[in-house]
Amino acid sequence: MFEVIAFYLFAFLTIAMFGITVKTKNPLYALSSLAAGMIFISAFFFLLGADFLGAVQIIVYTGAVMALYAFGMMFFDSINDIKESASNPKLTFVLSGLIALIVVMIFMAPVIGANAEVVSPINPAYGNTQDIGMVLFTKYLIPFELAAVMLLVAMIGGIILAGKKMDVSITALSDQEVDKLHTDTEIKKDIK
Amino acid sequence: MSITLNDYLILSTIIFMIGMYGAMRRTNLLMLFFSTEIMLNAVNIGMAAISKFHGDLTGQMFAFFIIAIAASEVAIGLGLLILWFKRHSTIDLSSLQSMKG
Repeated sequence: MFEVIAFYLFAFLTIAMFGITVKTKNPLYALSSLAAGMIFISAFFFLLGADFLGAVQIIVYTGAVMALYAFGMMFFDSINDIKESASNPKLTFVLSGLIALIVVMIFMAPVIGANAEVVSPINPAYGNTQDIGMVLFTKYLIPFELAAVMLLVAMIGGIILAGKKMDVSITALSDQEVDKLHTDTEIKKDIK
Repeated sequence: MSITLNDYLILSTIIFMIGMYGAMRRTNLLMLFFSTEIMLNAVNIGMAAISKFHGDLTGQMFAFFIIAIAASEVAIGLGLLILWFKRHSTIDLSSLQSMKG
């Protein structure tokens, strides 16, 4: 009974929060409601017995990703409301057709998955964290290492992209001055 | 009355549709990133639910890798957005359009 009440409560809260995120014109409201929705989603993971996944959801999404967005928004004019022009109606039509297809496939999924066999079973004797560690460091070791390399590449890429010419405001310069900056750096490279 | 796999999958679909609606309607690139995060989270709920109801840990593993991909996507995407905003002082999607067609 508790599970049912918790499921419907958090389902309502999550849908409401994400609804605000996609509907609001204020970027700060969108950011805060997205962070709240992420926390509510971790409640589903705890309900499903995936404790470690729930903790990772809170730490990575609400801690790291949302903090990164909050820092990134300092560079944009996030005080003003967003002005958006009307989008392409034909594209909307095609994409809503795709959504309908996805919905049908998701409702079919339990039928297709009825004869799926269990590859790495859950051991209730261990806790969820220990259980995940056993599978992650044996069967999924190579994807795990690849994910680590990918995160390293993303980190270096983010630093190089965002940190380039942090001391100069390129928007305040004219086009000629921006071109001059680029040619200057190319000349420096040639000298080296 | 108890919660079944179908309830979780329906919830996952609803959240995914909210994210897809945002991705279709929004033209601000930052809001498009937010919609992408919503869609990734919707898939994660489905993965965790299937993992529980089939007694298989593989779903949770995939959810972890999706979280790792989302984190690196945000790092690179925000770097590119900041670079674009420095040059053009807008992050509207229509400002990316350089060809007339």
